[in-house]
Amino acid sequence: MSLALYRIDDRLIHGQVVVGWGQPLDVAFIVLVDDEVRESEWEQDLYRMGVPPQIDVIFASVAEAVTRLDEWERDRRVGILLVGDLDTAEALVAQSNGIRRFNVGGIHHRAGRSERLRYVYLTDDEASRLKRLAGRGVEITAQDVPSARPIPLGEFT
Amino acid sequence: MSELRGVIVSHAAVADALVAAVAAITGIRDALVAISNEGCGNDALAERLRDAVGAGPAVLFVDLPGGSCLTSAARYAKHHADVAVVTGVNLAMLLDFVFHRDVAPADAARRAVDAGAKAIRVTAA
Repeated sequence: MSLALYRIDDRLIHGQVVVGWGQPLDVAFIVLVDDEVRESEWEQDLYRMGVPPQIDVIFASVAEAVTRLDEWERDRRVGILLVGDLDTAEALVAQSNGIRRFNVGGIHHRAGRSERLRYVYLTDDEASRLKRLAGRGVEITAQDVPSARPIPLGEFT
Repeated sequence: MSELRGVIVSHAAVADALVAAVAAITGIRDALVAISNEGCGNDALAERLRDAVGAGPAVLFVDLPGGSCLTSAARYAKHHADVAVVTGVNLAMLLDFVFHRDVAPADAARRAVDAGAKAIRVTAA
């Protein structure tokens, strides 16, 4: 099957991902791409706690993800690839050729950001960076859960 | 030993509802604080936790044994020795907790887990 969802979500592995998307997609593996989490066994254990044992969790740095992306795309099982921030998404897109879409699932409030959607807050610069990603051929939509309408980038930036 | 505070960390309005239910049943209104992860990234949820726990010892009651509520609670407890974390919060454990808050956080957490687990059963048809 391959990676059914590329998602930007600052909460990384949480209920919406594991249950909301994981159940209807019948997800068998989750790839969490984050350089800091990759270096911390403690953080990895924490994220694993939220995932049922039948779902594999792979922790990868950006560099590791770039080299293994083809392998995950060829996997016969269904997977989800998660990043926690725009920096990581941009790095993955820049260093690989295989990413054609990103789902914005949660970028929450922080100083300087304004509300674009209930679950998406962006600075003007971040909105511009998402548009630049789209300009590189990456389809970007916002959608917190599968039952919601995928919202095109132009409607929230 | 000062009495423990219980902080319930949940999705949506689960925590609010549990606090209201405990107050309705026991009349105790100062033992529990509710926090929702609604609209929160990790930073915002950590801030809500800091405000809710305050200075004293506490037990953090989290709804699910994984996800953003747990990760925030566990990160907080990692840096605060007087804070314990329990997952799978239910009303039964909270009803027991509010009457047994003069113990160490780890002891209160273990007691809460026992009380909560005993309430989960299949009843006779």
